[in-house]
Amino acid sequence: MKKENILTQRISQAVKGGRRALIPFVPAGFPDKDVFWDIIMELDRSGADIIEIGVPFSDPVADGPVVENASIRCLEQGIGLAWIMEGLSQVREKIEAGIVLMGYFNPFLQYGLEKLATRAEEAGVNGLIIPDLILEEAGPHLKLLETHGLSFVPLVGLNTPKRRMAEYSELGPAFVYLVSVLGITGTKVSAGQLLRTKLQEVKDVFSCPVALGFGLSSRDQLDSTADLVDAVVFGSALIQHLDSGKKAGDFMKGWN
Amino acid sequence: MKKGYFGEFGGQFVPELLVPPLRELEEAMQDIMDDPVFNRDLDGVFTEFVGRPTPICRCANLSGDLGFDLWLKREDLAHTGAHKINNTVGQALLARHMGKTCLLAETGAGQHGVATATAASVLGLECVVFMGALDVKRQSHNVRRMELLGARVEPVLSGTKTLKDAINAALRYWIAHQKNTHYCLGSVVGPHPFPLLVRKLQSVIGREARSQFLDRTGRLPDLVVACVGGGSNAMGIFHPFAGDREVQLVGVEAGGEGRPGCYHSATLSRGSFGVLHGTRTYLLQTSEGQIMPSHSVAPGLDYPGVGPEHAFLKDSGRARYDVVYDAEALEAFYLLCRKEGIIPALESSHALAWVIGNRDKIRPQSAVLVNLSGRGDKDLDIVREIESQV
Ligand SMILES: Cc1ncc(COP(=O)(O)O)c(C=O)c1O
Repeated sequence: MKKENILTQRISQAVKGGRRALIPFVPAGFPDKDVFWDIIMELDRSGADIIEIGVPFSDPVADGPVVENASIRCLEQGIGLAWIMEGLSQVREKIEAGIVLMGYFNPFLQYGLEKLATRAEEAGVNGLIIPDLILEEAGPHLKLLETHGLSFVPLVGLNTPKRRMAEYSELGPAFVYLVSVLGITGTKVSAGQLLRTKLQEVKDVFSCPVALGFGLSSRDQLDSTADLVDAVVFGSALIQHLDSGKKAGDFMKGWN
Repeated sequence: MKKGYFGEFGGQFVPELLVPPLRELEEAMQDIMDDPVFNRDLDGVFTEFVGRPTPICRCANLSGDLGFDLWLKREDLAHTGAHKINNTVGQALLARHMGKTCLLAETGAGQHGVATATAASVLGLECVVFMGALDVKRQSHNVRRMELLGARVEPVLSGTKTLKDAINAALRYWIAHQKNTHYCLGSVVGPHPFPLLVRKLQSVIGREARSQFLDRTGRLPDLVVACVGGGSNAMGIFHPFAGDREVQLVGVEAGGEGRPGCYHSATLSRGSFGVLHGTRTYLLQTSEGQIMPSHSVAPGLDYPGVGPEHAFLKDSGRARYDVVYDAEALEAFYLLCRKEGIIPALESSHALAWVIGNRDKIRPQSAVLVNLSGRGDKDLDIVREIESQV
């Protein structure tokens, strides 16, 4: 049997401990490249189970204005995969959380997928989320990622049919990410019953843990779905929090 | 070939949330577009509303000077002044058959936005057009036209505030409004099935031109030349000639000002392989895969990507692609105005400029067919601005 990915372990541990796993998302180099790795370590110390590091891209079609503007600011500081891999290698040992890179396909493609898989493994990355790489296009690259211990984490939506979810499930991902809105990052979550029904479907189809994300800004939003969610991802809300000069640790307190 | 691919180009690099509407569109193309009722309706709109068939005409004055026959396919005579309308009325009709109530579009200079607003108006659909905030300022005329036609124009403030960002914004809007909205993409770009859908609708240009040319001359042209922004007018005229191996196909890209280090739009000639707006194709990008700004005097050519089928035609050698600079395009613009009584679009002027620049390499007695994709009334401000600078 396949060794259980550390991402699955981190979420399972949290769930066993009677809580939801917390997955903060921060674009690499945000709000400033000098403080970024300190923020990552602070998130780790404050209870993050997995940390998503955003790889900035000029044309992020799945993102709302908060994430897009943050990405552009990172690009203006010259942040790219080379900077991320180097910085991560230096701090990885001190971080307990699982690490996921979240980025659009083109920067990965230009970096070189072989090189990406090798360097990501060396730097201690555990998985990739690529919001514009669907099942059919990911197919040819999955073997490579697996060889390097990188889990391909699929995104599914409120409009994804059960049949298609089953195809994603067959890839054996470390966890699955349900996008909570029919929209982009930062859109306010409102779909109560629909979301609950979909979560139940995702639970039925996938044997791995289920993370919920996009547009989450407070834990009250999760009341109606609490029993079905293993992990929560928050991005825009955390970015806004950090941008106003507040501490990463304080944000995490609201979720613990 | 893999579904949705042209060789190694094309595909569907989109968020999973767009897979259902893309599937729905693909199925609608199969179920509806081969249906005689749809085609009867489309022919009717083409004839009565768009003004098809557009004629071909031989440039009587220029042909003498050049030493070969120069023919124009007159898309400038189509309603709204460019080929863009072929695509939008077709997609609007399809959207209506699909039960959609709203047409969504991106626009750069505003040509595709105006064509979409026009189609939406006549076919009774709502219309939302995303346009980069910089373009909204630069092309206030077209914003006014769209508003007159009943469209809502949404300025896009993100990124470079131009066409590529307008496409991002439209894709985002489509994710949230897919239930009742059809995304009427403006060229042979984007994820599968858009490159096929737009080609299918624009191929009317080449089908007409091929049979008109045979009727008039009893033969086929030696060269077919078209400008390439996203590539829809070029694909529209190339496609019906693709099987005629003796006909050379030439796509002309915009080289911008041509000074070293300046932005340009010559994606196929100077770009590299990558993924943007849902498709694998040639792009203008940094070595780290960030998309670069593009530039051309012709607003409709100003795009850092290109249709994946053009990438395929280039690599397979079936078509060749070359670059024309702003100044050469302007010269061709003036020439057609003075010699033939036609004010061409600056986009189409690139195709003309290529023919004029290569006159010595074109065999005497041969026949060259240029797709005159649009008329130039829209460009008078740009031309006046340049004149005031020299
Ligand atoms: C007159 C005209 N020609 C050409 C183009 C370029 O588009 P495409 O390459 O898709 O034909 C445009 C785009 O706005 C246009 O308005």
